[in-house]
Amino acid sequence: MTLRIQVQQQDFSVASEYELLRQDARCGAVVTFTGLVRELAEAELLGMTLEHYPGMTEQALTQIATEAQQRWQLGAVSIIHRIGTLLPNEQIVFVGVASAHRAAGFAAGEFIMDYLKNRAPFWKKEHTSSGEYWVAAKVSDQAALKRWE
Amino acid sequence: MLKILFFAALRERLACANTTLDITGQHLTAREVLNKLASQSAHWQQHLANAELLCAVNQQLVDLSHPVAAGDELAFFPPVTGG
Repeated sequence: MTLRIQVQQQDFSVASEYELLRQDARCGAVVTFTGLVRELAEAELLGMTLEHYPGMTEQALTQIATEAQQRWQLGAVSIIHRIGTLLPNEQIVFVGVASAHRAAGFAAGEFIMDYLKNRAPFWKKEHTSSGEYWVAAKVSDQAALKRWE
Repeated sequence: MLKILFFAALRERLACANTTLDITGQHLTAREVLNKLASQSAHWQQHLANAELLCAVNQQLVDLSHPVAAGDELAFFPPVTGG
């Protein structure tokens, strides 16, 4: 399996990542997910800062991708997560999976995002018109792991 | 020496990104280290004792019952919110 893990400040191109994922003729499916900075319902979002744990982050993402590969036959996995200051509508995260058939790609993509949300050491701080707040972890994200047990 | 790191909201509340603790000859779990740190001051007690915290030993997410040894890197942080 080809594995690309990138933790970076700079933006990324989904088109470039897709081109890399579609190089293997044994793979008939490429599934990609992109997460964006979303506006808030309760206050004007000016931007957010993403903190991480250098070293552990890359290891955690590699472990998650490796676990996905053990569950499904995957040709390639690419995970990109941005850090630093991001503005509304900017790209935060990219997960791309190449597989022989689509079912493995869809499932592995969801698996990787569910585990990333609960196990990868990233923290979001929102900057809003009414102040700065660390984002609280969601119970729904923890519950999402149960379907993979 | 045990290297201890704090991240995100916990780092800000403690006003501390990292510290060290001499645990030579002691067999401690991450929770016991947390209790030692909390006993250092009322301020640290407030932010370490009751918070829902995760911990990592040598950059691997583990339970608070995980043992630590001199030379390890131990990190405490709030539940993660990436993605």
